[in-house]
Order: sequence, then structure tokens, then C-alpha cells
Amino acid sequence: MRYSGLRVLTEGLFGNKGWKPAWRDPAPKAQYDAIIIGGGGHGLSTAYYLAKNHGLTNIAVLEKGYLGSGNIGRNTTIVRANYFLQGNSEFYSHSLKLWEGLESELNYNVMHSQRGLINLFHSDGQRDAFVRRGNAMINQGDDAILLDREGVRRHLPYLDFEQTRFPIYGGLLHPRGGTARHDAVAWGYARGADRRGVDLIQNCEVTGIDIENGRVTGVQTTRGAIRAKKVGMVVAGRSSQVAAMAGMRLPIESHVLQAFVTEGLKPVIDHVISFGMGHFYMSQSDKGGLVFGGDLDFYASYAARGNLPIIEHVMEAGMTLMPMIGRAKVLRSWGGIMDMSPDGSPIIDKTPIDGLFVDCGWNYGGFKAVPASGWCMAHLMATGESHPVARRFRLDRFATGHVIDEEGTGSQHNLH
Amino acid sequence: MRIPCPLCGTRDRREFTYYGSEDYANRPAADAPAQAWDDHLHNRDNPCGPTRDLWYHDPCGAWVRVHRDTATHAVHGSDLVAERGQA
Repeated sequence: MRYSGLRVLTEGLFGNKGWKPAWRDPAPKAQYDAIIIGGGGHGLSTAYYLAKNHGLTNIAVLEKGYLGSGNIGRNTTIVRANYFLQGNSEFYSHSLKLWEGLESELNYNVMHSQRGLINLFHSDGQRDAFVRRGNAMINQGDDAILLDREGVRRHLPYLDFEQTRFPIYGGLLHPRGGTARHDAVAWGYARGADRRGVDLIQNCEVTGIDIENGRVTGVQTTRGAIRAKKVGMVVAGRSSQVAAMAGMRLPIESHVLQAFVTEGLKPVIDHVISFGMGHFYMSQSDKGGLVFGGDLDFYASYAARGNLPIIEHVMEAGMTLMPMIGRAKVLRSWGGIMDMSPDGSPIIDKTPIDGLFVDCGWNYGGFKAVPASGWCMAHLMATGESHPVARRFRLDRFATGHVIDEEGTGSQHNLH
Repeated sequence: MRIPCPLCGTRDRREFTYYGSEDYANRPAADAPAQAWDDHLHNRDNPCGPTRDLWYHDPCGAWVRVHRDTATHAVHGSDLVAERGQA
């Protein structure tokens, strides 16, 4: 069923009786050409592009819960391509271009809103770094505009420009940056993959990975054994557990990242604002809630909830930057489990086991990567070769020293 | 979260700085192969459940090995890294 304005109108006239489920609920077959473990954003987009770009339709996505039940179902929804280093720059640029065509591609409203992202800076040194970053973004073919203090004030008049702790020197505006509706991305890719014949199998937890003579042959699941010559592990948040089934130890440490949303307010914040010095960022959802967050709790965790010290820190940073939000009531907070890699960049690569591929290590930035991650993981699984824009996301880069350390802080687990 | 320091007693999590898995306390020999150093620095079991990791107690300067659960945030106990004879 194709969605359109006309369809909404006619369904409305006839009691909305014609709507059908957006995807099937098939039982697993005994064998597929390829299996993707993980029915989140990255897994579903991988399945979609395997079917669309590579014609592989005898494939299955195995999800232990329901589709989109992980971080794609709850995050702070920022979409941007403002990276500096080669490796990241071309990848996120590709992802943003896919975002820009995603709604017509999927025939699904993902509410992609390019409202502009402003990263604030607070010193001469930081300004220099942002000038370099902006130049790198322009060289990559994306957009960046350096704003001075008065330029920021024109866009964001409500910030506290008089604060003494982190005086605002200016900001880097990325006009094509913005937000999207997180869960719609999962639904759009799921529907698109299903329409191309992909089996989306829910409540099907992988309990083992079958390997014979160094080659993957299939998986064991709570719904029986399934054979496949190619298996992709796309399970950020649980990557270490799934990889352990194949005898692998990954360069991943899981951390909890908290985020917050207030009650719905009238439109007040037009942009995505990041205040790096205070570890704070914020946007306003289309429902009116202020969506904001800060840094990791900074200890290994799978608890999907954080501790109060970081909540206090985020609130303090928000009040420092924009005291006007002090009267807004926080509706809820939550914690998501992040695959943290030593250098803060992801991994899309083969593993030492033939036919077994891994897509993990998305740190706190996996949402904007969903289209390109699926695109590149599908390319890797179908052709056996890394896609040109993801070729630096190697699993062995920590051993070889080819790290992608965007923050410039080092390549060790406690640094990102 | 409250963490027991073997020297100071149970204190607020804010008094501690997290370092990482206790793997960091088990350094390979200086002439160990590169693979051993890669494992030591980067690769992790990353358990969902009981774990032992290293925290620094800022007020007293002790390196503390904390026994806790990553799935529940329960803290079961701790000991001093120094008493194991390793840094």
C-alpha cells in the first residue's frame, strides 16, 4: 500500500477500514541467503539496502524483542554531518544526503527537519578549531557558516550572553543539520524491507552462532536453528554479548547515556543547539517538548538508567546557557546503552570468521548514521568489500594505529 | 550509586573517577607480542552482569577495584589495587 495525501483523504471518507499492517509477521524459514541480527535502525536499513541495492531478498532480520525497541525508539534525534576527520567526514556526508531523500525513498514521513545546528564556542582557541572544522565540512561538500557573537544572538537571542564562566564567542552554524522522528525511521525501513520480501522476525533471540572450519553456517535462536552463509551482527548496545557467541572480544565498552524531555511548550527553540563546554545540547520536538542531554555517566553499564549526578550536571549546564528554561518541568529522563569504542568512531567490517560481519561501536552518534550504516553494511555483506565511505571503520584499526579520534583525546576506553 | 573505599568507607559516586575494566591492572610484559597489548588496551569482555573495574577515589588517592553489577548498578564490595601488588 502506497501512502499519500489522497490515501489519507479517501480512508478518512470510508472509515479508515482499508489500512493494513505495514509489514508481515512471518515465521522463520530454515535457511536464508543472509541473516541480520538486530531489528533496530541500523539492522533494518541494512536489510532494506541489501534488498534494494543488491537484489538480495531471501534474507531475514532477527530481533529478540520488537522492531525498533532499542535506541532507535528513544534518542535525541539529531541528524548532522559536521565531522572533521577523513573517515568520518565522507561517511556522515553520505548519510546526510540519504536523509535528504529518505521520505520519498521510503514513502514514509520521517519528519526530517533541517532546522540548523549551532555549535557554540567560548574561546579564541575553540574558534580556530571551529573554523578548521567548518572548512573541512565545506571541503567535503557540506555547509558551514561561522557566526560571531552578534550572529549567534540574531539566531538565539535567549542565551545568556553575559555569563562569565563560558562567555559565548560565536558558533558554527550547520544549516542542513536538524532532527528527525526517530521511530519513524525504523518503521519506514522496516516497511520498505518487508515490501521487498525481507522477513522481519520478531521475538526471535539469537542464542548461538554456528561456525564450521572458520566459516559461519547459521545461527541458533529461540525459534529454532536458521542456516545462512552470511550473518551480520548489527546489535549496538549488545555487541559484546553477540560477538562472544562467535568467540570474539570486541573493542567495545558499554556505557549509559541519559537524555531528558520536558512537558510540551509552545515553539521556542528553532535550532539544535550544542554547548560543548557545558556538555549540553537541546532541540525542541514537534510535540513541543524540549529534548536535551549531556555526557555519558562514565562507567560501564547496561542498566538503561543513569545516576543523579549527571542529571544534576546537565540541568546546571542548561541553566547556565539559557536560564529561560528554568520554569519548564522535566517530564522524563531515560538512559540508553551506548557501544563505546576506544577512539569514539564506529566499526563496519568483516570479522576473522568468513561470512560473519559486524556493524557496531556507534558511541553516542548512531542515529544520524542509520541510512549510511545500512547502505555500507549492505555493500560489505553483498560484495565482501568495504564501501568507499566506510573503509576506515576497520575492526583492526586499534591494533594498527589507524584510529579515527574525532575529539583528539586519545584511543582508550575511558577517554570518550 | 555509592561505592565503598577500603580506606574511607562508603562514599558518594561523585568522589570517584572511573578508569575502566580491571584488565587495565593486568599489564602484559614489556616484550609481549603486539596482540597482547591490543587486547590489554582495547578489547573487552564488557560483561552484562557482575564485573570488576577500577575507580580512583579522588579525596584519598586510592585506586579501588570495585565489584559491581553492570545490569543493576548494585555494588558488592571493593579492594585496593595496591594490595594485589600491581598498579
